[in-house]
Amino acid sequence: MPELLKVSDLKIAFHSRGESNQVVHGIDFSIDGGGQTVAILGESGSGKSVTCMALTRLLPESPSCTVSGEVLFEGKNVLAMDREAIRNVRGRGIAYIFQEASASLNPVFTVGYQIAEAVELHRPDITDLKARVIELLELVGIRDAAQRYNAYPHEMSGGMQQRVMIAMALACEPKLLVADEPTTALDVTIQAQIIELLREIRQKLGMSIVLITHNFGIVKGFADEVMVMYRGEIVERGAVDVVLNEPQHPYTKALIACIPRLGAKQRRLTTIDQEMALD
Amino acid sequence: MFWGMIKQVLRRPLGLAAASVLVLLYLSAILADFLSPYPTNLQDLERTYHPPTGFFFADGGLQVQAYELVDPSEARYEAIEGQGYPVEFFGRGFEYQLLGLFKTDRHLLTLPDLAGRMYLLGSDSTGRDVFSRLLFGARVSLFIGLLGITITTSLGFLVGGFSGYFGGRFDFCAMRLVEFMMAMPGLYLLLALRSALAPHFASDQMFFVIVIILSLIGWAGTARVLRGMTLSIRQHQYVMAAESMGQSSFVILRRHVLPNLVSYLLVAATLSIPGYVLGEAALSFLGLGIQEPSASWGLMLSQAQDVKVFYLNFWWLLTPGAAIFLTVIAYNVLGDVLRDIVDPTMKTR
Amino acid sequence: MIAFIIRRLLTLIPLLFGITMLVFILMSLAPGDFLTPVRAQRDVPAELIAAIEVEFGLDQPWYVQYVKWLGNVFEGNLGHSWAYKLPVSDLIGQRIFATFLLSLCAFVFSWAIAIPLGVLAAIYKDSIFDRISAGLAYAALSIPEFFLALLLVFFAAQTGWFPMGGATSIEYEYMSWFEQMLDRAHHLILPTVALGIGSIASIMRIMRANFLDTIRAGFVTTARAKGQREFIVMFKHALRNAINPLVSAFGFAFSGLLSGALMVEIVLQYPGLGQLMYQSILREDQFVVLAAVMMGCTMLVLGNLLADILLAWSDPRIRLEAKQ
Repeated sequence: MPELLKVSDLKIAFHSRGESNQVVHGIDFSIDGGGQTVAILGESGSGKSVTCMALTRLLPESPSCTVSGEVLFEGKNVLAMDREAIRNVRGRGIAYIFQEASASLNPVFTVGYQIAEAVELHRPDITDLKARVIELLELVGIRDAAQRYNAYPHEMSGGMQQRVMIAMALACEPKLLVADEPTTALDVTIQAQIIELLREIRQKLGMSIVLITHNFGIVKGFADEVMVMYRGEIVERGAVDVVLNEPQHPYTKALIACIPRLGAKQRRLTTIDQEMALD
Repeated sequence: MFWGMIKQVLRRPLGLAAASVLVLLYLSAILADFLSPYPTNLQDLERTYHPPTGFFFADGGLQVQAYELVDPSEARYEAIEGQGYPVEFFGRGFEYQLLGLFKTDRHLLTLPDLAGRMYLLGSDSTGRDVFSRLLFGARVSLFIGLLGITITTSLGFLVGGFSGYFGGRFDFCAMRLVEFMMAMPGLYLLLALRSALAPHFASDQMFFVIVIILSLIGWAGTARVLRGMTLSIRQHQYVMAAESMGQSSFVILRRHVLPNLVSYLLVAATLSIPGYVLGEAALSFLGLGIQEPSASWGLMLSQAQDVKVFYLNFWWLLTPGAAIFLTVIAYNVLGDVLRDIVDPTMKTR
Repeated sequence: MIAFIIRRLLTLIPLLFGITMLVFILMSLAPGDFLTPVRAQRDVPAELIAAIEVEFGLDQPWYVQYVKWLGNVFEGNLGHSWAYKLPVSDLIGQRIFATFLLSLCAFVFSWAIAIPLGVLAAIYKDSIFDRISAGLAYAALSIPEFFLALLLVFFAAQTGWFPMGGATSIEYEYMSWFEQMLDRAHHLILPTVALGIGSIASIMRIMRANFLDTIRAGFVTTARAKGQREFIVMFKHALRNAINPLVSAFGFAFSGLLSGALMVEIVLQYPGLGQLMYQSILREDQFVVLAAVMMGCTMLVLGNLLADILLAWSDPRIRLEAKQ
């Protein structure tokens, strides 16, 4: 499958009150289209979320934030695009779902209205917006979709809100879906449902996915490749099974060792030394 | 703790500016007798609506320009070329008690020749020196706020703090009372209270009457805010820990609740002083506050309401308004700076 | 929603009772009564005065008088004004309209300017525009309204561009309907500015603070991520949220508007409720004062109620609480 996204030497830095903080130190990676799923693993502060936000220039503008390098989406450099072009990439090219669905949905508009807005932006040919929205709501497994159309976000549970976010992302008919810790804020049973939903959609629509998480558990069986990020650099990457079973980098080894295993002897939980050297 | 806060205020340019302005104003008020050439009620009916006198140097010293009345119907004065009255520094003038301690009659600027007049900011409708009245008026306008917030914050803290901490029936009644008080448009209540209370007091006690009236209106808002803060402090773990150890309520209030409230109290107090200054000014302006012949900035402004003043452009009669503006803006800036220091996350109300 | 409104209106009743009783007590504390100036006139026969005294129970303690007054109010009789020699209800009607019109104009004026200014100050945070508007806001907040009104009268006298007071010109009655409207509008300009400028400052600051908070919210990023135009993200998604805390502050601001209107009316001699109340207090025209205070409180409570309804309409999260 052709390369959908190619990132070269991506550097991201934040500046405030005279201080600068380099968050991403020049990373390269690429994703193919047609359903490839890459998981980005790392702890808070590793730069994983910021990297994905940079893909459609969703980070604050300079001077508070500077992004350099090259992000080629379907062959065109996102970082060099003008406003109009970026808006075309957003949604239609790359769509997002975020960690806190309750904060990511506008509290004063109905769920249906917000999804319809996405449809309107990317499918101007569709005239019956409401029907399309209901279709999408049903696609993500929301029952009573017709009634839920008029519901407000705060009237829904966390799991349902996340489904709405997914529906909104799908409304854009993206080629690439970036899911930034989509299940972290949900409880375990709902987590499984959401991952299952993503799997279904991926198969139905052939959409590639970037999954950001710090939870190894959902990576296995869902992602094809995994990239481990630590302090703004990619320390290891490869096929999921390979990395999980034969980790090379000490950080990855430590991460895997941190996973508590059922049945193992009672030992102190492994921790990761803060100053782990980056080679 | 206060010393540290003062240092922080002075470190910021806005805080430094506001504090300096206020210090200057208060010093002028305290030293009003020394700084003003004339007492507040010294009239001169031959020099009504006199513009500010010019100054020039001659005969080796500073002199005040002499004027003659050219058109009595329009109160127009023209300078008499070359004629002036010598100005003396630290000369003798009217007697007063400096800082209430000892008698003296020395003033900063005086005119030994009593035939002339030195009007730094012109004269009013009866020839009184506006500058002197401005300085003496500062005493009323500036100290009413200080006195008032002492009462309001104490009342507000007592009611609000107890309500928030103890809750129950006291809280219920207190909050209904607060809502009741806040349901009246402030100025309407102010006028009604004033017309009820004023006849029972002598005119020189009006200062305190106004303070009382303004405090009675102001405490409700403070009480409500403090109640909210006490409620949230109460939820903190350390309060519950103290309670569970059997600590008495009063000790808890004093040791845990009060210190946290004090910084907010300070901010709230600073931000509510302008309300007092403006309230007194409004009352006096309406003729319902400080009465003649005393001076207060609001009272002085009521004189400016004459049609003559507008058409003949006696702008100096508007200077009390500038003084009020200066005071209020200094307090507002100071209050904002304090709030930034105490709690940068406090939202603008 | 209807139940919510009715409940709030019901709380108005004990409030009005309490406030009018309070004012009644206060007025009875003042020596003399509304007949004092009449007695001084010496041209009114003593029997008439005695008859009025009995009719209004002036020889009775205040609580009896209060009950009599209440009884009259329920019949729609607000009493008689001695200064104007008119029934109070006639007098009050025109005045309420005038004050309401002025407050409405000041409100529209200040919000129409303050909200865009606040949004722009937030979007261009720390720019020169932001700093200058913050400085101007400080200044506007600190000017006493009556002083500003004074300055405006000064300005009007010196330039002659605006009338120096009143609500209508002398030739009002001879004007056509259209000219009358223009005349009223012309007279409203200075009072509106005097009243509205202080509000502009505080609303702008609140708007800026709210907007700054809102643009950091997750849903703003979501709207952008969808590919929405920046303009729409700011002025639809963000603004609709940022404005809600302001709507709830509206009720509080209304009290300030009424009080400020009083001072502005007096300086600019605008015949509104505030000016009437002031003059009636000076003349101890008791019934007028009572009625004016009552109207003032009613307007305030209705204003607060309106603010609450607006908030419920604007913020669906509040609607849920209102229903319960």
